[in-house]
Amino acid sequence: MSTAIVQTWYMTQRQLMVFARQPAYAVITLIQPVIWLFLFGSLFKNVVALGGFGTASYLDYLVPGVVVMSALASNLWAGMGTLEEIQRGTLDRFLTTPASRAALMNGNVVHNGIVTALQSAVIVLLGLAGGAQYPGGFVGVVVLVVASVLLGTVFGALSNALGMLVRERESIIGVNTFLLLPLTFLSSAFMAPDRMPDWIRQVARFNPLDWAMVAGRSALSADPDRGAVLLRCGALLALATAAVWLSIGTFRSYQRSV
Amino acid sequence: MSNTRAPAVEARRLVKTYPGGVTALNGLEITVEPGTVFGLLGPNGAGKSTAVKILTTLARPDSGSATVAGHDVLRHPDRVRRAIGVVAQNSGADPVATGRDNLRLQGRLYGLRGAALDRRVDELLERFALSGAARRPVKGYSGGMRRRLDVALGLVHRPEVLFLDEPTTGLDPEARTAMWDEIGRLAGEEGLTILLTTHYLEEADRLAERVAIVDRGRIVVAGTPDSLKGELRGDAVHVELRTALGESGRALLEGALGGLPGVHEVVFDGPRISVRAEDGAAAVPALLGALERAGAAVATATVARPSLDDVYLRYAGRRYAEAEAGSGTAADALVLAGGAR
Repeated sequence: MSTAIVQTWYMTQRQLMVFARQPAYAVITLIQPVIWLFLFGSLFKNVVALGGFGTASYLDYLVPGVVVMSALASNLWAGMGTLEEIQRGTLDRFLTTPASRAALMNGNVVHNGIVTALQSAVIVLLGLAGGAQYPGGFVGVVVLVVASVLLGTVFGALSNALGMLVRERESIIGVNTFLLLPLTFLSSAFMAPDRMPDWIRQVARFNPLDWAMVAGRSALSADPDRGAVLLRCGALLALATAAVWLSIGTFRSYQRSV
Repeated sequence: MSNTRAPAVEARRLVKTYPGGVTALNGLEITVEPGTVFGLLGPNGAGKSTAVKILTTLARPDSGSATVAGHDVLRHPDRVRRAIGVVAQNSGADPVATGRDNLRLQGRLYGLRGAALDRRVDELLERFALSGAARRPVKGYSGGMRRRLDVALGLVHRPEVLFLDEPTTGLDPEARTAMWDEIGRLAGEEGLTILLTTHYLEEADRLAERVAIVDRGRIVVAGTPDSLKGELRGDAVHVELRTALGESGRALLEGALGGLPGVHEVVFDGPRISVRAEDGAAAVPALLGALERAGAAVATATVARPSLDDVYLRYAGRRYAEAEAGSGTAADALVLAGGAR
């Protein structure tokens, strides 16, 4: 067990090093959140007048939505990295060593988690710079970051599993295009649930993206609903565990097909 | 742990069919004695890489069994992994990381730590002439440097059995010769067994003590390069015609050559005719005379000492280069089925 943990750390380190050596990439991944935060934020500034947002500033409402949406957007591409490692022969090289299979996959998970946490923290700070207020304070921010990391883990692991199983870029691009916007708009990212059409509100209740946003938003508010936060984070943790377990299982099917 | 007298690699009746019905292995059997270099030879798509994937625990066969360094690849893949080093066709050094970092990570995965790891990494960098480039990212390496790093990665934990899958494919002639020298040196090392796959006949001839020729997923013949060439007895005379001979032309030619002393066999392969003769040079005039009588226009005629190409022609019934060219469709099908390659 301890070797698996040590090996997970080696694999994480390896990927963090790649990330650290490409600083431009880290900046580029922040362009989209900035657009959502400030363009969307100004465009729909007056929407809070409708009521039900729980805040007088739309930016306050928007920050958790953009944090979670960005976590989804970046983790959906995790499978591309896996695919590249397969094509380059790196995965096969590791698979012929005694390295634990779980460590190989969990290295990705931990790395993506760290990157998602950094990205989320930067967006929170950008929001702060733009005038957003977080009455929930530091603890609230931590809850939001944890929720977005868990959500990212769910979709990152699924994307890895997809990369292992289909081994085509096109499939990953297709699935991502198909999922990103519907999942985002069928959630409370931009609009208060009370102001949504009923059917969207019902769908959003089953959307893990919405769980992460609601948990984060509640934790950042002046009066967090602990029960609601714990319930949603617990559900995200369960989903994330299942997704990681599934992705480790794809090594078996990979072994059959090579 | 493993009995030194037992084979280092033993494969029995390996069968592997990919989704889509492409049969990669069809009852493959090999035995590699410890401390030797064994060459698995065959055209692209013959099943060499699939065999290596099974023996290195990457893929599972549909049926059959195999042991490597005394461990069963299906029952104890972990023990096999500790005993082997693998240099695959794309062995996937991390391009963004430095050569040293790649080696260090590889060593750590085998449990090397601290000073022992540092020492081993320095030793390998030195040995493969990579010390100067050790702190540069691998993406800036030349093809030869990258290949040397790949071999170093496979050796980091001092394996008992080293698998080299097409070690010189894609290298320029100079880098290829250097790699051959390096493999030759490795082969001399105490106890290391090397299983080498190649589609270069010259490579197998030069490096391997024993070779096995794979064609369509099975071994068609195995032995030392010299014994295989020796079995062919005598020189090869290759004649290429402008057009292939008809039935009557063939019969006439076979009749004419059959009477000559020292001529063993005649193989027709499209417009090419290969004749095996004790004294090749002496057979040429008679052969050309017979061809002239048969009305065939000769494009080229060559006399050669037996080569593994001749062995291949004899056992696989096709000329090597032709099997290479003809394997395109099978290889493509494998790419579709297997994804990565």
